[in-house]
Amino acid sequence: MAETETETKSVTSRMRQRPIVRLGFLLISQSVIVSVICCTAGVLALLLLPVLAKNTYISENALMPGSASSMLSHQEILEANKLVRDIASLSSKPSGAAVESRGLIAQYMSDLGAEVNYHKFHPHSNQFHPLHFFSGPGSEAIQDNFSCSLYGVNTVGIVRAPHGDGKEAIVLVTPYDSVRGGVGEALSLGIAYSVFSLLTRVTWLAKDIIWLVADSQYGEYAPVTAWLRDYHTPVFGDLGSLNTEMCDENENISKLKENSIPERNISYTFRRAGTMAAALVLKVAYKNEHFEDTLSIYAEASNGQMPNLDLINIVNYLAVHRQGLRVKVEKLWSLLESKWLRIFGEILESLGKLAKSLNPDWKFGISASDYVEGTATLASSLYYQALGVPTGPHGAFRDYQVDAITLEISPKYSFNNKDRRNDFLLQGGRLIEGVIRSVNNLLEKFHQSFFLYLLTSPGKFVSVGVYMIAFALLVAPLPLVAASLYADSNDLNPALRKDKKPINSDDLGGLLKSWKWLNSAKRVFVVHLWGVIVSLLPYFISQICDCTPTTNFLIWISLSVLILLILHQILGSPYSHVCEIQSQEGEWARLKSVTISSVFIGLSLMSVINFATAEIGALLMVPTSLLAYPLKLDIKARSLRSFSRMICNLILGVISFPPATFFLLKGVLEGFEGINAGDFWNWVESLWAWNSATYLYIGMVHLPCWVLCVHILLHSC
Amino acid sequence: MTFSHSKSTVGVTQSMASRVLRLLIVCQLLYSTIAFGSVLDIDKEEEEFSEELLLKPLPDRKVLAHFHFQSTAPPSTSFGRHHHLFPKPISQLVKKFRVKEMELSFTQGRWRYEQWGGFDPISSNNAKPPGVELWAVFDVPRSQVDASWKNLTHALSGLFCASINFLESSTTYSAPEWAFRPDLGNLRYGTLPREAVCTENLTPWLKLLPCRDKAGLSALMDRPSIYRGFYHSQRLHLTLTGSSSEEVDSGIVLEQTLTVVLQPSSWRTGKSYVDKAHSQPSWSISSIFGRKVGGKCVLAKSSNVYLQFEKGLVGELKNLQKENANPETNKLASKVFLSNLSFDLSVNPDKVFEEVDNFHSKSTSILYEFSVEKYNDSHPLDLGLTWKIPVFWSCQQAPLHASRFLMGSGNERGAIAIYLRSTELSEGLKKSDIVDQSCELRVNVFQVVPWYIKVYYHTLQVFVNQQSRAVADIIEKIHVSPSKDKTSPGVMELILKLPCGLESAAINLEFDKGFLHIDEYPPDANQGFDIPAAVISYPDFHVSMHFSEDGSLDKSPMFSKFEEKSLVLSYTEILLVPLTTPDFSMPYNVITITCTVFALYFGSLLNVLQKRVGEEERFLKSNAGRKTGKLSQLLSKFSTKLRGKPREPQPSTAVSSSFVSFKLILKILLVAGIAICWQYYFG
Repeated sequence: MAETETETKSVTSRMRQRPIVRLGFLLISQSVIVSVICCTAGVLALLLLPVLAKNTYISENALMPGSASSMLSHQEILEANKLVRDIASLSSKPSGAAVESRGLIAQYMSDLGAEVNYHKFHPHSNQFHPLHFFSGPGSEAIQDNFSCSLYGVNTVGIVRAPHGDGKEAIVLVTPYDSVRGGVGEALSLGIAYSVFSLLTRVTWLAKDIIWLVADSQYGEYAPVTAWLRDYHTPVFGDLGSLNTEMCDENENISKLKENSIPERNISYTFRRAGTMAAALVLKVAYKNEHFEDTLSIYAEASNGQMPNLDLINIVNYLAVHRQGLRVKVEKLWSLLESKWLRIFGEILESLGKLAKSLNPDWKFGISASDYVEGTATLASSLYYQALGVPTGPHGAFRDYQVDAITLEISPKYSFNNKDRRNDFLLQGGRLIEGVIRSVNNLLEKFHQSFFLYLLTSPGKFVSVGVYMIAFALLVAPLPLVAASLYADSNDLNPALRKDKKPINSDDLGGLLKSWKWLNSAKRVFVVHLWGVIVSLLPYFISQICDCTPTTNFLIWISLSVLILLILHQILGSPYSHVCEIQSQEGEWARLKSVTISSVFIGLSLMSVINFATAEIGALLMVPTSLLAYPLKLDIKARSLRSFSRMICNLILGVISFPPATFFLLKGVLEGFEGINAGDFWNWVESLWAWNSATYLYIGMVHLPCWVLCVHILLHSC
Repeated sequence: MTFSHSKSTVGVTQSMASRVLRLLIVCQLLYSTIAFGSVLDIDKEEEEFSEELLLKPLPDRKVLAHFHFQSTAPPSTSFGRHHHLFPKPISQLVKKFRVKEMELSFTQGRWRYEQWGGFDPISSNNAKPPGVELWAVFDVPRSQVDASWKNLTHALSGLFCASINFLESSTTYSAPEWAFRPDLGNLRYGTLPREAVCTENLTPWLKLLPCRDKAGLSALMDRPSIYRGFYHSQRLHLTLTGSSSEEVDSGIVLEQTLTVVLQPSSWRTGKSYVDKAHSQPSWSISSIFGRKVGGKCVLAKSSNVYLQFEKGLVGELKNLQKENANPETNKLASKVFLSNLSFDLSVNPDKVFEEVDNFHSKSTSILYEFSVEKYNDSHPLDLGLTWKIPVFWSCQQAPLHASRFLMGSGNERGAIAIYLRSTELSEGLKKSDIVDQSCELRVNVFQVVPWYIKVYYHTLQVFVNQQSRAVADIIEKIHVSPSKDKTSPGVMELILKLPCGLESAAINLEFDKGFLHIDEYPPDANQGFDIPAAVISYPDFHVSMHFSEDGSLDKSPMFSKFEEKSLVLSYTEILLVPLTTPDFSMPYNVITITCTVFALYFGSLLNVLQKRVGEEERFLKSNAGRKTGKLSQLLSKFSTKLRGKPREPQPSTAVSSSFVSFKLILKILLVAGIAICWQYYFG
């Protein structure tokens, strides 16, 4: 095809072109080679990211983590231990423990001189609102008619900074289930309490401290969102909240009457404290770690947003260098055992050694085990960002542009070990104190360090400038191939038409020829329209029937197929019989060209919204759309090349079908035993419940493009 | 009196009749001015200075210390340009800028209305927003007010080592009409919420005192202890006394107050502080300031230390006494509960005052006076208060508790909400006024918003008891001057007319966040931008405290200040609005981009200027007849090889091109080899 193009070019036309245009033509004409090179380079660049990762550094000088010695003493720890014991003794009692433990925490806070208030909320499960994607978090309509029995109560304590002007605040969140709360949650309360009691007495505090004891009866995320919503977008003219006040008035009034004087600070009026500078979510979990006390950091918020890297850096720095904790971030554990990754790592290692032997200044080699760990962390970082579902209650803060992370501390010894408990409380408390002190030092909001990054270990990161290269390389061949296909299909026809007799008159034929791509565009548009409908379907399905996930899934699939057929009948057919013979010839090529352009546009848009999704999507969709070739032609050709292309196409066609991808990944990561057809439905449901842009991507970009690719594969030419 | 007498004797000794006449006229003039403007004492011809310190235990285990220094200068014709006690810079300031009344305050920390009260003269006069607040009334024609203000800010800036000169810009100050202070005419008001207050501001302030901090009560101001507190507000208020007619200079009253809220240190040393948390800490002057009062400032007319027990506390103490049901102690005159069951004073008070209450409520506040005159360095005053039993009380609250906060998120828009919540006082009103239905509570709101917060005043919404109400029903009077970009801030003045029995009220205003020009950003722009505190006042409520006195006629300046009816006033929080900020650390990138653009521009310009298109085309045409370009041949050869299809090459050019390519590859390989060798052996 390329030759025909170059041949038909007249000599005069060629010589007029500027070099840059010539280069463009060259790239287009050599699109096959270019796309092969680019795609390979893209995948390689992705695999090389752990090698290219840089060490983290604290970018904002004002933070000064660990420069002040910790002021947390055994005095606070003893008090905290008392609180833990009190809570534990309360939770052993079966009835009324919830109210009492809440009162107990409020009492402890109030004794410190903090302002305390309860915050009541209704945990309504996340509902799917079509077209509510990307809208602000406060705009969700508040559900009406709650039942009185179903509510949670957060306890909020605020320490006002003595010299501060109250413009900014730091939030400390401890999820606590007052009904089923275990020792871990009590310990997390203990750590928070020890820090809180210290902060009521220090003179260096410049920002107010809010301690939110989130009532996690209905999940950890819901109470934090509810509190944040009431903090940022309270509804004044809301009669619903009046009703709820009435619900439990009798209960609370009696409670307040009991001990009136010391509880004068405790109320139900919502208290605020300025703009939030940062938030820390603290959890304690016993994970049976054998090595040492560990600290897990969870940072991914909704749609792959990350907190400022400096926040993670402070925590990492203080935990490692001050408290001697082992810091972990999430990893895909199954990747750690994979053979091919280790081999690749070893190759890289030896390459690095070779480079070092050539020049000792070239230090890009990392050891194979480091590489494998880095890749596993990177993969999980990519996965959680791509999923778009926050990995903890900190995600709620990111919706309000507040940097937040979840810290999960797990001790080496079990909680029953009383001797170790004090040390553990001291260690955790000092870590939190250090982080708060650091953030307190900060005059401006977090802005100095990166917001767009992938972690390859707690101390290493890949910034946007580096990881974009992999994506750009993957996506680069798409417009080239689209252009070359378009050019080919336009050039193919006149060549053929010289042989045959032109059917129509010349100008009409020319007109039809030049506008032929519109037919393909229309088809692509129809399929994308179908994608929109398909992505709206689950809402209606979930509204209409209360079925099991499996049946829902089946209903969804059958409805989608039905709608596709209907749309094909109504909109897809009319052009085909106008100029059937003519359009058949290059039609699949034109269709492929338009499909590829739509893939390109979709991926580029997605990379702005959620890079990780776009990256994973590109890994699947780019080869599929580039390789798509009618099976009929391949079968006709009967060569080794066409045969291998056919096999590749079939495999890719299966893999890039979203449910198939999901089941395959799930099978690879967790084993194929427990796979259920309903799982996909559940997964999708969680995506739309969390307003993940990944859902939109799958529904409106990935699925239509997959359908188009399959359509090209099965094209009858 | 003595003054006029001496004048007349002087007059007698002079023999010239005309002179006598003139002097008589002067005397008469003086008499008339004294008679006309005698707000102060009778012998106001003397410059006077007095110092007082009020100590008051607060419900949340803290102690309020309120220093009150007052200097008065009589009309200056009597003294000419010189003063004995009165600070000269201030009088010069007044004369130069024709200031009628002025108040300047430097504050660190927040006044906590809920815990420290909002319904007494101290809180409504001395609770100020953090940072600097300045307002002044000028006695000049309207057109010159702004000029005077600008000059005044610069003068004060120099005087107090503060960046008050930033108030010069018209974007920072405003001219409230009626909501801030009741109609004062040429009033200008400005705040600097971000001004850091420290000793460098205190030192010039102390310089205005005749004894500085070398003697007297001001010697107590140990810098570390007064700046360690929870609230620190130094204030300077000056008023002109007498007529404002243009010929006669009037007297000046300069009132300097320092209000600090301190934590008695004994509380911190307590070992099991949670148990102790409920009880009031015992303290003494030396424990809170680290110093003792070593005598008065000799220049001061009066020098007293007061200890105030406010209403709630007195009531609670009385209850405790009744509970203890000791008939003898009950007999003790309620005025003088000196060392009794609940507390001990280390020094016996010289006098005890009780508040004269017009409302006949259950209890009234009590004031103990300790005169400093008796004490000296060898025998300093160290007033101490020891609590024997835990006491709990609460301060008197303003009718409503006001808080202000931002709503919304993101960099585009938001809303300011002022939330008013009922307190005990208004609940009391609710009960008492149930009979008459037409009870109303009026609230003044004064709010200044910088221009880059573009407030849409038409979006004003009012909610009473969580129900939306029509704006016209609630708002009695409104005055809005919208902001002008880069010229003036937006000012909103409101009088709300709220029903008495309300639980809560909320005002809501939406705004857009503006964009600033790059050089308009202040340092630390990423912190966000401040909206100054709004002023909430209650025009129907005035506070004043009258103390019964034991016969003495001369009231101390602080007492007379307390007796003045002052408006109940409270400030809301300062808000921090994050605005979009450019990346200020990118000059390098900007330079790079600019250079690239310049290079491209000049490159293409040169290209266009140099090239002769027609000539070139001809040349190319003639060339094309002979052979095609090397590059394209090379590439077509490459492609044919890759495709595996034999393609008939043009024989002559193929040889040359392959030859060229071979040479080229050889060259490249050679260079690469040399480079590798170089790296290996010398790198």
